[in-house]
Amino acid sequence: MIIASYIYIAVRVSIPVLLGITGAIFNEKAGNTNLGIEGMMYMGAFAGFYTAVATNSVILALIAACLFGAFGALIYAFATVTLRTNQVVAGLSLTIFGQGIARFLGNTLSGAKGESVRIPDAVTQKVNWKILGLKDIPFLGRALFGYDMIIYLSIVLVVIAYFYINKSKTGLNLRAVGENPAAADAAGINVSLYKYVHICIGGAFCGLAGAYIGVVYLTTWGNNMIAGKGWIAVALVIFASWNPLKAIYSSLLFGFTSLIALRFQDSPISPYLLEMLPYLLTVIILIITSVKMKKENQQPASCGVNYFREER
Amino acid sequence: MQCRILSCIAFSILNICDKGDSVNNVLFELRGITKLFGNVVANKNIDFSVREGEIHALLGENGSGKTTLMNILSGIYTPDSGTIIINGEEVTIKSPEDAIKLGIGMIHQHFKLVDVFSAKENIIMGQAGSSRRNQKELTKELEELSNRFGLNINLDKKIYQMSVSEKQTVEIMKVLFRKSKILILDEPTAVLTPQEIDKLFEILRELRADGCAIVLITHKLNEVMEISDRVTILRKGESVATVETKKTNPKELTELMVGHSVDLSIDRPVVKDKTKDVLKVENLTIYDEEGVKVIDGMSFTVDGGEILGVAGVAGSGQKELCEAIAGLHPVADGTIEFKGRNIVGLNPNEIINLGVSMSFIPEDRLGMGLVANMDMVDNVILKDYRRQKGLLLSRKPARKMALKMVEDLDIVTQGVQYPIRLLSGGNVQKVLLGREINSSPQLLITAYPVRGLDINSSYVIYDMLNEQKKKGVAVLYIGEDLNVLLELCDRIMVICGGRIMGMVDPKDVTIEDLGLMMTGHTYSQILAERGTGQ
Repeated sequence: MIIASYIYIAVRVSIPVLLGITGAIFNEKAGNTNLGIEGMMYMGAFAGFYTAVATNSVILALIAACLFGAFGALIYAFATVTLRTNQVVAGLSLTIFGQGIARFLGNTLSGAKGESVRIPDAVTQKVNWKILGLKDIPFLGRALFGYDMIIYLSIVLVVIAYFYINKSKTGLNLRAVGENPAAADAAGINVSLYKYVHICIGGAFCGLAGAYIGVVYLTTWGNNMIAGKGWIAVALVIFASWNPLKAIYSSLLFGFTSLIALRFQDSPISPYLLEMLPYLLTVIILIITSVKMKKENQQPASCGVNYFREER
Repeated sequence: MQCRILSCIAFSILNICDKGDSVNNVLFELRGITKLFGNVVANKNIDFSVREGEIHALLGENGSGKTTLMNILSGIYTPDSGTIIINGEEVTIKSPEDAIKLGIGMIHQHFKLVDVFSAKENIIMGQAGSSRRNQKELTKELEELSNRFGLNINLDKKIYQMSVSEKQTVEIMKVLFRKSKILILDEPTAVLTPQEIDKLFEILRELRADGCAIVLITHKLNEVMEISDRVTILRKGESVATVETKKTNPKELTELMVGHSVDLSIDRPVVKDKTKDVLKVENLTIYDEEGVKVIDGMSFTVDGGEILGVAGVAGSGQKELCEAIAGLHPVADGTIEFKGRNIVGLNPNEIINLGVSMSFIPEDRLGMGLVANMDMVDNVILKDYRRQKGLLLSRKPARKMALKMVEDLDIVTQGVQYPIRLLSGGNVQKVLLGREINSSPQLLITAYPVRGLDINSSYVIYDMLNEQKKKGVAVLYIGEDLNVLLELCDRIMVICGGRIMGMVDPKDVTIEDLGLMMTGHTYSQILAERGTGQ
């Protein structure tokens, strides 16, 4: 039974990372290295949290989180696509901005006395709506059907993202933009529009990731909610080789190593060392996987470079 | 208003004239096109028109504005002034998308293809509405197209696995699939073998018969004479003349292009006392980063006082060969002997100090050897700062050398403290080669030194190389233009897929022979065939 609950915990930890990776994939497939994933997650976390508290509605909270995340992405898109500023600088600024605005606005939630704010029970109950009876199946029940509905929604969205990027016509055009915007442009693809739309879709995914952490996972407002999961997502994109389906097991890997930290928290090993573990492992995996990679599975070739048609 | 009426009248007169001549209709016309890049005038008030069923050559030296003009037609650039008329109607082209809708298809000099996509994906990308078209139908249509024009292509092959001519075939399929009526080809033959060029021209003739208007951007006169119906010559951004190909000759065209008469023959001075085997490569084998064999058991020598030319399709191992000799690429097997000493395993600096110098002009011209944002003096220092003593750099000797180079090589610059990137391509190349020569090497490796240069600058470079040869330097010249290789070099080594196909005397072979060798026929095979033919 304990294995089932380990799986349960690991999956819950990995979901925001999974959404973050998918958001980052959308950005990179459009040729933009977006280091603002963490910031957009903060923005989503705040918007989701605030809306959940204010309206008691899960759906509205999720929508608000997506929109606010996409809004952050829109600023980034304007800076990099229209104004053609450096993508690294714009992304880092977005992270700082997102984190700052979430904390600033989040402070208004907790009021003057600084008491902690919680997600209303009504919301938590709605989120934890279960498929009737299924979760009581021994072992499999908890590990497969025991989750909140947002996890299932997320996985469906990620699978849709995979088919959209890799199988659809617009997906083909999107990949062309990320690989070689000049070629895409010459083929009649509206490069700026594709970049704007998909950077914003990526932002919405990050917003959703933030909302999951805020509304479902932690349920108490805190200033350090995301705690670097956005950065993990940025890094794991490489391990997932820019493929949303592979992002599922990449994020699970993060989930399971976090579990080790949890499992050994009573041991004499320093908790700080244990908490470091998933992050350390991410770095090691990155080094291993980036050594040899097939050409098709590599980062889109124009990532990080802004496109200007009349450049000579 | 008045102007517009006047131009209307002018246009109708033009039309009448055309009908009177009973030639085909004008399919598109550019009028008064001007395009500025900052202060640089790329196109100045250019008029240009092409008829249905015509191959129209756009001739001019590099930097004369040919590509800019055609980029305006295909929507990459927007003109500062001027109008575009297609089928008698004035149109505005704001993006490549607009141009495609108007039936304009351009094959760019640097292919606009996505490397990791298959041929098919490259052809269908950006196409509106083809999402619903089923895959089988699409494949059938593409196969029909390739059969009709005799294009041999594997639609599922990825671009990065393709040879240059295959890539070009994909580009051609792209425009054919879009049923473009106006076709623009920018220097399409630059990277093809003579046989591949023949095949391309075959296709162009067929399209001409279909009523397409074809623009061929080129600076090669023999191609203009061979295939075009009319020629428009651009010089320094202005249209100099439009002439019928039948009524002109290469000499006249050159003069129009350059602005004065030029002698087109290249010297090949004979050096009496050669130093034997300055460079001796034996059984050299090299793998690239992906573990693919790029040089396969090469053995050759270069004497002091000779120019050894290397001919081959781009990507046959030229780059790796240069890099291996200069110590920039690991060698898997074999030896490279410089004056009897094996230099495999030495680092680049040690090799430079021995007297080996390498200049490689990549396609983007600036990539290797020079730092674009630094001025000439700093670029000169880059190569010799190690020899200076003390903590701080002394700029004086470098400055002196830079000034000398400007004078000797006739480099056009606002000063030696002017960033290299602001110089024109030809001048940048002179700086690079000049610096290499100034280090007085005993082995000079130079790859594509005249890439993209105008006629005058090219001849300056050839003279520089001959000068070095006369001094007894061993020169390894990796070239693109087969005609130049045949005239300039003492011997030519033809390579294909990292192997030597033949080591020939330029006097014994034709350009076709070189083409065959470049595509994998050995010289002995060619000789045998010639024997049976006679």
